[in-house]
Formats: sequence, structure tokens, C-alpha cells
Amino acid sequence: MSRRVGGRGLAAGIYMAICYVFIFLPVAVLVLFSFQAGDLPVPPFRGFSLRWYEAAFNDGRLVDGFANSLLVGGVSSAISVLVGFLAAFGLARYEIPGKALLRALIMLPLAVSYLLVGMGLLVSTSALGLGPSLVTVIVGHVVINMPLAFAICQAQLGEHQRRIEAAARDLGAGTFRVLFGITAPMIAPALVAAFCLCFTLSWDEFLIAYLNTRFAVTLPVVIWDLLRGGLNPETNAAGSFIFLVSISVMLVVEFFLWRKRRV
Amino acid sequence: MIRRKPPAGLLFALPALAWIGLFFLIPVLIMAGYSLHPLTDAGTPGPLSIADYAAFFAEPAYVQALADSVITTIVVVIASTLLAYPFAWCIACVVPKPYQRIALIAAILPFWTSYVVRSYAWLLALSPVGAVNKTLLALHIVSHPVMFAYNPQATEFGFVHFFLMLNTLTIYASLAQINPRYELAARDLGASAWRGFLTITLPLSIPGVAVGAFLTIVLCIGDYVTPQILGGFRELLLPQLIMMQIQRQLDLPMASAMSLLLTVLVALAYLSLQRWLRMARL
Repeated sequence: MSRRVGGRGLAAGIYMAICYVFIFLPVAVLVLFSFQAGDLPVPPFRGFSLRWYEAAFNDGRLVDGFANSLLVGGVSSAISVLVGFLAAFGLARYEIPGKALLRALIMLPLAVSYLLVGMGLLVSTSALGLGPSLVTVIVGHVVINMPLAFAICQAQLGEHQRRIEAAARDLGAGTFRVLFGITAPMIAPALVAAFCLCFTLSWDEFLIAYLNTRFAVTLPVVIWDLLRGGLNPETNAAGSFIFLVSISVMLVVEFFLWRKRRV
Repeated sequence: MIRRKPPAGLLFALPALAWIGLFFLIPVLIMAGYSLHPLTDAGTPGPLSIADYAAFFAEPAYVQALADSVITTIVVVIASTLLAYPFAWCIACVVPKPYQRIALIAAILPFWTSYVVRSYAWLLALSPVGAVNKTLLALHIVSHPVMFAYNPQATEFGFVHFFLMLNTLTIYASLAQINPRYELAARDLGASAWRGFLTITLPLSIPGVAVGAFLTIVLCIGDYVTPQILGGFRELLLPQLIMMQIQRQLDLPMASAMSLLLTVLVALAYLSLQRWLRMARL
């Protein structure tokens, strides 16, 4: 009996090890060759060097793209969380006819390709005679990320919070005060988590940004242009840097969720 | 001035609904309108007609791309589900509870590699001068570099890598919700381990599988970057055709028609998975 359990554990261990190797292989190759001292991001590894990070941080296009990405990610995530939170509050706390339909409508963009969102905005802005711009990208990123923020907030607005809100109302707090003085602080960890998730998805989003920008572009679009030059360790450095930033943001989420569980 | 007071809850939901309406639904409707006014020879939108849709289905290369997109997506859904299910099961049922969270986080960490860079990283690994080929050559497993990259299989490979992570997450989430006592009860009543899994755990986890499959379909069929970087140029997928219409042909009506066809495919996928998607509480 115990031998069979051991055999099962071993098989599971081997399978998991293979999966982890598969999952981490491209990241490992990417990061390793970002430190390449030679000119190509392929074997042989000619020694450890930070020259490609230096090149990336001195590349004006990458730096501008980075700034634009931070702007797009920050603004679109802030709008997504605010608008998504308000909608979640409205639908969780009030009786509205056709609630299921409204909920489905808000969640709809989660069920379509980014391509459709990007194409819709491209065709519409060109029909209106507007040129490509980062504003369109921000608008599009709110379309794709607000439903996520909405879903995350909705999951947090339960009975427990409702009772505390009711208590605040009994003590004379108005709707606005309840919303931003009671409800928002109560689910603050979820709001932060939603913001961080939206941010990591937005600042690195490619297709909507690619379709709707021309001169001022975001970081993934700059990297896309770099790729046309073939294999280049500078791309590895930029890619590793993006990975580092996104992972750090998600660790913030992990921290907040962890704090929430202890409370 | 508002005369008839609308329900207060609707006011809170209004910004969200307005945003979706103004910046998603209306643009898609405008796009649908565009697709019904094919370009004239002068390059301006012509009169109302479904000529672009007819032209799409009359062009074998386009229909081929549509079919290839569907086949690629189906292959990716099946392969990533088959790989992810045992992986998620191992994390949920073999890894001890205190370590499950860290095992799961590790399994989805590369999810946050830059989207554009992820396919490029596979290119680095799989290219004829890449790490995998160099390793195989050094070990004398092959005598010449193998063309792993620049073909449809490389596209599928890149997709499966990404969606393995996504499906592991959704399947784990649904496995973790299942009360283990159900399977134990079946075992007490004499079911074998296999039978317990097949009749209890597997059916209860299907909603999670369906959610993962649907997300895979949505993200896979509309993806441009992975086939463009890894796929080579022998076989183009629908999103690549759409980008060609925009960039080379400057034909927005045709690109709009193709985008809507792609959306119809996603809607069909949704309808066929609807039964299980409704049951999911992830």
C-alpha cells in the first residue's frame, strides 16, 4: 500500500518537474542571455555583462515607450477600478430591474478578442477623423480591464460588508460617505489587487496599442519594432526588465491578499 | 434636471455601462457598418453590400486561414487542457496544503513575461542557433539543427506554453473547491481510486475546464503576435490576414468583416460551452 502511494508521489513529482521546466524554459533563456557579454542572445554564453541593460536604458525609444506604458497603465487602471467599483456597488446594493443583463453587459468585453476591441476603436476613430493616440489606448484598456475590476469588487461585497454599511447609515452617513468612507476602505485590499492586475495587463498590452498608436507608442510596440532587427540581447534586457516590474507588482498583490487573510 | 428618479443603483452602474456602450458596443457597430460598405476602386467606402463577406468566402486562401485558425485553436485547447489537468491535479491533490499556493504561483509566474517578448523567448530557444538545438547537437542527439521554429507547430507550441499556465490556474481553482469527502465517500463504498476520480472529481471539475477552454479560445483565435513571430510565412492565421488588410491593403472594411467573422467563431464557442460555463464559480 505505502509503496503504491510512494509510486504515485514519484510519478506526480516527475510530471510536475517536466511542466515546470517547460513553463520556465523561455523565461530562463530570455533572462540568461540578457546578461550575454557577446553580440547574440544564443549559445555560447560568452560571460556575464550588463552592457545590454545599459544599451536598453540609453535607448530613447525604449525609455519613451516605458514612460508611455506607465502613463497608459496607471490612468487606465485607475479609471477601471473606480468605474468597476461603482458598478459593483450599485449592482450589489440596489434592486435594479434586469440586473443579470446589466452584469452580462459589463462583463461582455471579457468574452471577446482584444482584436475586436482594438479594431472597433481604430475604425471609429478613423471614421471620426481622429488620429491614432495614447488616449484611444487608455480608453480601450479600460474596456478590457474594467470588467475584471468589476468582477473582483463584486466578489468582495458580501453580507458582512452590507451590515456594516447599514450601521453607518443608521448613524447618519450619506450614500457618498458610506461608499468612500466605509465600503472602499473595507475592500481596499481587493481594490489594490484589482489595480495591480489591471496595470500588469495594460502596460504590457500589445494589440490595441499597436492598432491605435503611431508616433507616441507604448513599450510592447517599441519592442515589436526592435524584433524586426532580429535576435538582439537588448530585447532580452528590455523583456527581462518588464518581467521584473510585472512580477514586483503582482508580489504587492500577494502581500495585500496575505494581509487580508490574516485579518 | 432629472424628472423621473431612476433607481439609485443604476446611477452607480451608469459610468460602467456608458463606457462599454460608447467605447465598445458603438465602435463595434460602426465597424459592422464599415464591413458592409466595401471599398470602391477609388479607395472610398462604396454603397451597402455584402460583397466583402462574399469575397472572403470566394478566396481559398482566406477560407484556408479561417480553417487553420479554427484547427490551431482546437489543437491548442485540447493539448493545453490535457497537459494542465494532471498538473493542476498534482498541485491540488498531491502537494501538501501549505505548499499549494507557492506551487501554483510558480506555475503561473511566467504568465507575466511581456506578451511580445514571450514568443520571442521561444524563438531564442527554438531557432536553429538557439539553446535547444545547441544542446541537442552537443549531446549528439541530432547531427543537424532541427527547424523547430517558423512553422505552424511552433505557433501551437508557443500557445500551449501560455495556455498551460492559464488552464492550470482555472482547473486548480475548480479542483480546490471540491469537497474531498465526496471522493472519500465513494472509496468507502468500494470504488477504486480511478473510479472515484472518474465518477466524482472529474465531473465536478468540468466547469473549471470549460472556463479555461473558453478563455483559451478567446485569446488564442484572436492572437496576432505568436503566429507572426513563431509561425513562419507558409501558413497565415486569420488575425495575420486582418493586420495585412489594415497595413498593406489599407482595406478597413475587409479587415472589419474578417474581425466580425472571428467574433462569430468565439460566439459559437461560447454557445457550445455555455452549459458548463454557467456552472462555474471561480
